[in-house]
Amino acid sequence: MHDAKYIVPGLVAFLVLITLPLWYNAAMGRSAVGPTLQYPEGESQCVLPKDEMKGEHMQILDDWRDEAVRDGERYYVHPDGTTREKSLTNTCLGCHGDRAQFCIKCHDYAGVKPYCWDCHIEPERD
Amino acid sequence: MLDKALSGSSRYWTWVIALMAIIGIGFVFWVQQMIEGLTITGLSRDVTWGLYIAQLTFFVGVAASAVMVVLPYYLHDYKEFGKLTILGEFLAIPAVIMCMAFVFVDMGQPIRIVNVFLHPSPTSPMFWDTVALFGYLVLNVVIAYVTFGAEKKGIAPPKWIKPIIILSIPWAVSIHTVTAFLYSGLPGRGFWLTAIMAPRFLASAFAGGPAILILLVLLVRKLTKFDPGLKPIFKLAEIVTYAMLVNVFFVLMEIFTVFYSQIPGHMDHFTFLYVGLDGNTTLVPWMWTSTILAAVALFLLLVPKLRRNEKVLPVACGSVIVSIWIDKGLGLMTGGFVPTPTHHVVSYVPTLPEIMITLMVYGVGALILTVLYKIAITEREIIEQVK
Amino acid sequence: MAKSTRRGFLKLAGVAAVGMGAKPVYDAFARRSAPEQPTPPAEALTAKRWAMVVDTRKCLREHGCTDCITTCHLVHNVPDFGNPKDEVKWVWKEQFEHGFPEQHNEFMSDDLRHKDVLLLCNHCDNPPCVRVCPTQATWKREADGIVMMDMHRCIGCRYCMAACPYGSRSFNWRDPRTHIAKIDEGFPTRTRGVVEKCNFCAERLVRGEIPACVEACKAKALAFGDLEDPESEVRDLLSRHFNIRRKPGLGTQPEVYYIV
Repeated sequence: MHDAKYIVPGLVAFLVLITLPLWYNAAMGRSAVGPTLQYPEGESQCVLPKDEMKGEHMQILDDWRDEAVRDGERYYVHPDGTTREKSLTNTCLGCHGDRAQFCIKCHDYAGVKPYCWDCHIEPERD
Repeated sequence: MLDKALSGSSRYWTWVIALMAIIGIGFVFWVQQMIEGLTITGLSRDVTWGLYIAQLTFFVGVAASAVMVVLPYYLHDYKEFGKLTILGEFLAIPAVIMCMAFVFVDMGQPIRIVNVFLHPSPTSPMFWDTVALFGYLVLNVVIAYVTFGAEKKGIAPPKWIKPIIILSIPWAVSIHTVTAFLYSGLPGRGFWLTAIMAPRFLASAFAGGPAILILLVLLVRKLTKFDPGLKPIFKLAEIVTYAMLVNVFFVLMEIFTVFYSQIPGHMDHFTFLYVGLDGNTTLVPWMWTSTILAAVALFLLLVPKLRRNEKVLPVACGSVIVSIWIDKGLGLMTGGFVPTPTHHVVSYVPTLPEIMITLMVYGVGALILTVLYKIAITEREIIEQVK
Repeated sequence: MAKSTRRGFLKLAGVAAVGMGAKPVYDAFARRSAPEQPTPPAEALTAKRWAMVVDTRKCLREHGCTDCITTCHLVHNVPDFGNPKDEVKWVWKEQFEHGFPEQHNEFMSDDLRHKDVLLLCNHCDNPPCVRVCPTQATWKREADGIVMMDMHRCIGCRYCMAACPYGSRSFNWRDPRTHIAKIDEGFPTRTRGVVEKCNFCAERLVRGEIPACVEACKAKALAFGDLEDPESEVRDLLSRHFNIRRKPGLGTQPEVYYIV
């Protein structure tokens, strides 16, 4: 191999760099296990089953937002036949009142920074 | 191919590092703009577009002007332009990239730029401008890459590239037409509401763009062994002369229509620009500088002896460029917004951060141009040596 | 050989990148289907074409009244930067000769010439701002003609501000939150870098309330209603009094009428 003396150290440096987040977290004592979230008491069913919500809630919020703001379709018919308002503040936070123990905990873990609250005003909770 | 840009004289590297320094300084101001918002510019509720969008308008023209070397060479088989076409195309590429960069730095929410493609809006000239500019960039990259690659190998370019080159000619006209439509279709802005906006843009582009190309080629002749000869340069100067004449003619047409009809909604903008309105004369010195430079340029260009003088031609070209830059940049933007829809006369003065960010984009454009010209010229020097 | 392979790879990567960009564009075109019928709640106020009538004779502006402006800016969290450069406004006052620059006559009474008139978004029937928006962040509601803004989608290009012949739109040159004296929890604030304007109180109409400025006017100088309803107050006012609109010659068909 030509230029092995450049290529091999280069490859090593590249590997170290792309695995850096793993070393960094290990050194900071962070675990790779996700946070335990606090689910609302007395509620058995979210808008969709839990697993779907986990993967799709951001897309659902995006769609709701467009439908409510742009098309005036403000209501969502739940699979169980009940109707919910397409509203982050009223519907979502109505159950998941403690944002710190639910939304924020997981978003922090995943390193996501939604900017909803730059504009929308977080409802006061007791 | 790219490796030719990685080795060069100390003069080359000094220039590259100087450009990178300008980009670096401008970048700091751009970060400030990202943190604090566009409030750090001189723009306001009344003058919502300024230096950035003015540069967009100007450089769309520079990009479109590549057609002035491509058209005579490919459609009329004007052989003298053979060596210039690649330089024209290599000027168009950084010009289009600068246009995109100026739109980007002007946006309030630049990270949302994909919304233009996620929610395509066929009624918006801005949507079509984006499409036209992207298409023009792709066309020029493909054409330059294929024709230059063939020339390097000493063979004729493949046949399939010819229709693409022909397509690039109306496409060049389209980018500047659509850019004119950004302004000329707005009902409330009397200054922009003119059917000759697109023709005027094209005329000024075909004067300003080739003028820049002439300066670049003269510089290349001085600094390198690559010499396309004086004949194509003087031919370009003729093109600049005609285009500048048409451009000035169009401006006079506007002035006749506006001042003979005496409709205040159209007249006030011109009054503001050339004599001042309600005591506000911010742009008057600029507009007269532009006018005088246009007159000087036309005189130098119209006298054949002067036009064919290597010392005089750069002065004429420089005058054309500055004259058009003022008229199509500052004048067109601020003149369109002032007086405002509620008939207030306000001022717009670019701020230091705004100027530095503009220089950053100029730096990026100059850097890309330098790299492309370096490649083209080095390869050419090698071809000449082989011969 | 090695060189041409690398070049081939770069070319392929370039083409692939363009191809990836084409997918969302295709999807966006494919998705474009008519929305289902909107479902306004029972209490909502609805109309086929909302319009406002401003009776400049009744307005108490000369007496220092700014109730409509203050109320609107309060309930919509409109920031006050205290300078004209960063200014954001939904409704505001302007002297007659500025509000109607083409209609001030030489020997008009000083009273009228310098009279303050209330200006706001005209919610045009044929809005140029909607036509030019490259992302459909501003659009006209089919149901009631209100020209809406979607702050989530706006890219801040300000083309709509250039297109509006009435100066009705404002841009958030800087973060507005720091300059709102008292945040009203009933309405979102805006983020830096988006355009905003009067929305005819769409958020109040859906709750069954009339626009805040109309409610706040103690002189009853503002009327709001459905132009398509012959029995409405606005139709009654327009049929009984001489009225004008701003720059009618532009064909934008403003839905704000002025009785002078």
